[in-house]
Amino acid sequence: MFGIALWSLTGRVVRISVMLNHDPLRPSGKRVQLMATCLCDAFYDDVARATVEVLEYLGCTVEFPEGQTCCGQPAFNGGDWVASRKVVRHTVKTFAGDAPVVVPSGSCAAMMFHGALLEFEKENDLPEVEALGRRTWELGDYIFNGLGVKTWPGRYDAKIAFHRSCHSRGTNSGPAIVALLGSIEGLTVIPFGEGEQCCGFGGTFSVAFPHVSASMGDLKLDHIQAVNPDLLVSLDMSCMMHLAGLAEKEGRPIKTRHFAQVLRDSLKNAGLL
Amino acid sequence: MKFQQIDQFAAGLRKETRASVYDGSKKGYDARTKTLFDHFEDPDRLRRVAGEIKQHVVENLDTYLPQVEAKLRANGVIVHWAATAEAANQAVLSIMRARNAKKMVKAKTMVSEETELAHFLEKEGIECVETDLGEFIIQIDGDHPSHIVKPIIHKNRREIATSFEKHGLGAYNDDPQTITRRARAHLRNKYLEADVGLTGANFISAESGRLVLVTNEGNSRFCLAATKCHIAMVGIEKILPRDRDLALLLNLLARSGTGQQLTVYTEFISGPKSPAQPDGPEEMHVILVDNGRTDVLASDCRDILRCIRCGACLNVCPVYRQASGHAYRSVYPGPVGAVLSPLLAGKKFPELADLPKASTLCGACNEVCPVNIPIPDLLLRLRNKGKLEKSEAAAAATPPMGGWAVMASQPAAWKFALIGGKIIDHLPHKFIPVPALQAWTGKRTLPDWKGGEFRKWMKNRPRPNPALDTPENTR
Repeated sequence: MFGIALWSLTGRVVRISVMLNHDPLRPSGKRVQLMATCLCDAFYDDVARATVEVLEYLGCTVEFPEGQTCCGQPAFNGGDWVASRKVVRHTVKTFAGDAPVVVPSGSCAAMMFHGALLEFEKENDLPEVEALGRRTWELGDYIFNGLGVKTWPGRYDAKIAFHRSCHSRGTNSGPAIVALLGSIEGLTVIPFGEGEQCCGFGGTFSVAFPHVSASMGDLKLDHIQAVNPDLLVSLDMSCMMHLAGLAEKEGRPIKTRHFAQVLRDSLKNAGLL
Repeated sequence: MKFQQIDQFAAGLRKETRASVYDGSKKGYDARTKTLFDHFEDPDRLRRVAGEIKQHVVENLDTYLPQVEAKLRANGVIVHWAATAEAANQAVLSIMRARNAKKMVKAKTMVSEETELAHFLEKEGIECVETDLGEFIIQIDGDHPSHIVKPIIHKNRREIATSFEKHGLGAYNDDPQTITRRARAHLRNKYLEADVGLTGANFISAESGRLVLVTNEGNSRFCLAATKCHIAMVGIEKILPRDRDLALLLNLLARSGTGQQLTVYTEFISGPKSPAQPDGPEEMHVILVDNGRTDVLASDCRDILRCIRCGACLNVCPVYRQASGHAYRSVYPGPVGAVLSPLLAGKKFPELADLPKASTLCGACNEVCPVNIPIPDLLLRLRNKGKLEKSEAAAAATPPMGGWAVMASQPAAWKFALIGGKIIDHLPHKFIPVPALQAWTGKRTLPDWKGGEFRKWMKNRPRPNPALDTPENTR
């Protein structure tokens, strides 16, 4: 009960049910901290920009803690939990405070509210890690369930294949993003074969198992190409980096975007931004 | 460059084998989805409840095992305890020797695969015939099962027809019905000649001591009907608290495994034949096998002991579909095998510590598991264990993370790397001696480096809404 009362002071209390280990009671105020992700920091600057623009359009104040680096997931998945915990501790320190932390990535979000808890099970500072997990939101989940924005304005003329990244399996993110995208005028989300299957990225898996990883990606690309979408869209740039990299190497004409870019461009197309 | 063993195996897999495994797995998965979601409003709730029941058993094995033993004895069953695979095989052998028995017919049981019972008995001069069609084909081929429920998922009917011809079971004919008819004719005689029938058990009820056995071919029923002595080899985790738990677990087992509402045959065995019954074994033995399970119980991965061997996680696993079951070098392949096999290996854990690496952690296995085992979490725990125990198999082709961790916990170093990383755009990738980069670019292109660009934009842009600025934001 204490937890509920505390969160009520910092923002609206939201109840949702999920399979993954993330807290159903998370703060959802409009002053947010942005976790940009290391991939956006290194490769996908425009995805982070779009995230900021979308959040600000919704009236949020976006704080970018300058000390941020990575969520710690590469080492966590690779099995080096000693290295990973070092990075998670840094992240916990960097994202001090009580504002919602919003991440344009399903897998970094899951790292914060699920993965990190696993590797801190026997650590003394588990409560600090749990506290950060409790206020971490994947972007689409935050917009749809945190802020309660159920439809998206603007216009975007495209047939979109939406790849639900695996770290959003069992969370509210996939349905939230599909609903948001589907509500945009001119936009159609088209289904494709074996949509529930993984793209084959898997972090260090992609370099330790390059053959299986690429075979899985090719299968995904075959299914996507079969429905001939204008764009392939996801909530995780890691999946997109793998699929776009494969597609480019193999000469497949597949264009990829993060859904934040689609939301932002939808606003721009209608002169709302 | 040496990649992970399972990746190397997958790369060398014949196209035909991959197609058989992929098609068979996908078919199983699709059938599962249909029977579960067509018939139940909330199948996920069933999985969660079943998971809790089995976890309860796992947590209270010390109470349930003596209870099971007492019930079995009261039912007229002779109970044996086997701590190891060798002890389990020896128990079978001594039962056979005591009866002066020379021939055994055997139904499909995974625990007997663990103990390699058939090979053991052959060495002791006892004929042991596999009666499950898939296992029979594996036996005549000298092959190994590659799936828990469909042991020959890696073979197509042409290969089976060829081996039937080779082993004197008729001229080449790849019609599945013909193959089945020939196997049936061959096996009928084996049932009649056998002295002892051996089965496993899918469940034992602690309430009644009842053994439950499911098959689709009816071969286990023949094993029981035709022989005078029944031996059941059972892992100690197969217990259910009450008979009524079977309603839930049987529903989930068949639907998850093969997409059936119920298997064709479900046997409830309460003991040897009673004087009033005309047929059935006069003598019944149950061998309760540990073979590493108590070590698993003592580990932080004990949830895996909930497993009811349905094979749903194999069917849905994208890595299993690409690599096939033999890639896992152990009795249990796929996601469940990647957890269970290294744990059951005991001291040889490091040799199989690469198995937990063979997953993208996509979570599909957890999503379909009828007892809701958090397989990805267990895989992650075992990856950590593999690293701590310095397993070479697990470390193969995995980038070292120590330097990265230092950089990623010091913002100044991180920002420096973001700017410095630009060099990657200007050097030909093949001249950059970083194995991970080589592995990446072997299959994919790398996007342009934009290190620090977002930070620059964020810092230099005009404040969008100065009225909302807080001290934190203007830092």
